[in-house]
Amino acid sequence: MAVTREDVLHIAQLARLGVTSERADELTRELSAILAHMEVLSQVDTAGAEVTSTVGAEGTPLRPDAGTVPGLSAPLETVAPAMRDGFFIVPRLATHEDAAGIENRA
Amino acid sequence: MNLDDYSLLRAAEIAVGVRAGQVSADAVVKASFDRACDIGAGSDNLNIVLAAADEAGRAECESLTEKRNSGKDLGLLAGVPVVIKDNIASLGLPTTCGSKILEGYVSPFEATVVTRLRSHGAIVVAKTNMDEFAMGSSTENSAFGPTRNPVDVRCVPGGSSGGSAAAVAAGITPIALGSETGGSVRQPAAFCGVVGVKPTYGRVSRYGLVAFASSLDQIGVLGRTVDDAALGLEVIAGFDRLDSTSSDADVPIYRMSALGVPAPEARNPDTELLRIGRSAVPLPPPPDSKTLEGVVIGKPKEYFPDSLDASVRDVCERSLEKFREMGAVVRDISLARSPLAIPVYYIIAPAEASSNLARFDGVRYGLRVDSPLGLKGMYEETRSRGFGAEVTRRILLGTYVLSAGYYDAYYKKAQAVRRLIAEDFTAAFSSGVNAIFTPTTPTPAFHIGAISDPYEMYLNDIFTVTANLAGVPAMSVPIGRVRRLPVGGQIICAHFDEYTMFRVAYALEAALGAEAHQ
Repeated sequence: MAVTREDVLHIAQLARLGVTSERADELTRELSAILAHMEVLSQVDTAGAEVTSTVGAEGTPLRPDAGTVPGLSAPLETVAPAMRDGFFIVPRLATHEDAAGIENRA
Repeated sequence: MNLDDYSLLRAAEIAVGVRAGQVSADAVVKASFDRACDIGAGSDNLNIVLAAADEAGRAECESLTEKRNSGKDLGLLAGVPVVIKDNIASLGLPTTCGSKILEGYVSPFEATVVTRLRSHGAIVVAKTNMDEFAMGSSTENSAFGPTRNPVDVRCVPGGSSGGSAAAVAAGITPIALGSETGGSVRQPAAFCGVVGVKPTYGRVSRYGLVAFASSLDQIGVLGRTVDDAALGLEVIAGFDRLDSTSSDADVPIYRMSALGVPAPEARNPDTELLRIGRSAVPLPPPPDSKTLEGVVIGKPKEYFPDSLDASVRDVCERSLEKFREMGAVVRDISLARSPLAIPVYYIIAPAEASSNLARFDGVRYGLRVDSPLGLKGMYEETRSRGFGAEVTRRILLGTYVLSAGYYDAYYKKAQAVRRLIAEDFTAAFSSGVNAIFTPTTPTPAFHIGAISDPYEMYLNDIFTVTANLAGVPAMSVPIGRVRRLPVGGQIICAHFDEYTMFRVAYALEAALGAEAHQ
């Protein structure tokens, strides 16, 4: 099935990717062309086939429910764009357009 | 000994020499580092290296010397220089994944595989170029420019582990680490004329590997010879409590003696032969033609279609004839659902990527681009400026196939077909086939810029993605040249049977000898 421009803009928003108008047109063509090759799967009889998200002879082993995260060689401040008092600093949510919408509805 | 001598040594030869005090680790590592900088660094060169570790490497060499002087065990890779794909976290060097969004990022923790290499005396000399977030088959998708193939600089080295494959092919190191999601070790190995191994899913810890598609990703090894790859895998394989998908199955010794039989004594340095200044063909010829007596090699018809490049087919047939000469039985088989692998892979992998790459949002690490539109604007600006075209395309593709209304038609369907593809492999191995042999790629390396259509590029993985979908081990071995460019032969075995895979690879390498590079 062909992807529409509206689809691209919708999924770009879901994926938190800024997409320009020009790029949205290109992506519409590219994704439609790629997905056209996937249509062959609709012809495959998968009745009785187990839907799988894991592979391998053993499956995923369980581990004890205990913390196993090793220490870091450097503080997070060395890699984080902005931190203060051990917390990551992000832009104010109040300027978030969705949040503004929620406030308006409230 | 001059630089070229070091660049021809097997990893085991270097390690034996260093342990015996006959070879200076410092000299080997300096030669490797110099070679990396001379021919490997910069976009006007091969552009293999994204970051090199000069001082850190020297410090590790000094540490090795101290250990040796105090009588301590130096490890299986004593003084062996290695390079690491840039999506595997290493202390002291950046880990960028070939992306602007992680430019300059230095991980505060290290991947288990890198720690294991270091604990066995290996010296990390550089991080290597790659397709951004391992999404690509040519290393053209790197934000830091394409890597060139050392065999022919007009050509791509393959991808996404193109920098690692090119480093081994250029004689920078005998061993490199790469990662696989759909063939990203085997395909560049084939294009560059080196050995590339994708272990069984779960065989090697992925702790510290930046996730792309978690049900497919595996760390793999590239080596100049089968022996280099076998030694590298021996060191990095095995259970790791930091990766819940890693298996606790025993790790056998993969290295074989020159006779092509298991060599349990291989860990004993006294039994390993140090040959300095040897020829480029590493192993002696097999002692007789019965090396693979009793082994059944499957030849799947779906991997030898009528459309296959005739020259590639001829080179593969020569390998199959070698198998027969060594006493193996070559049996025609069918992996009927394999032609569906590309559509399945390019639904499942982008779907998982769209989730895994959500973490790159400008909050905890990497690039942040501020926006007047607050938090959401910051997310969108950061991600759209930080990710390149192919990563953006795949995130959107993955988001689409997971979104309401399309999940069943695409993602769920692909998962069911994935099961069918895996069942084909199970049936083949259950029928008595010990190993499957195919071309690694449909063609040799192509010219930089020659492929612009995304799906045409995806078709490069047509013979390799099935092993990732089924979770089985597979490796590429050089088997000849077509139009002067290397061709790889792929050996696929059952889950956790890397032992048989290496046995077949050793035998084939020895049987082909210099023909593997002609």
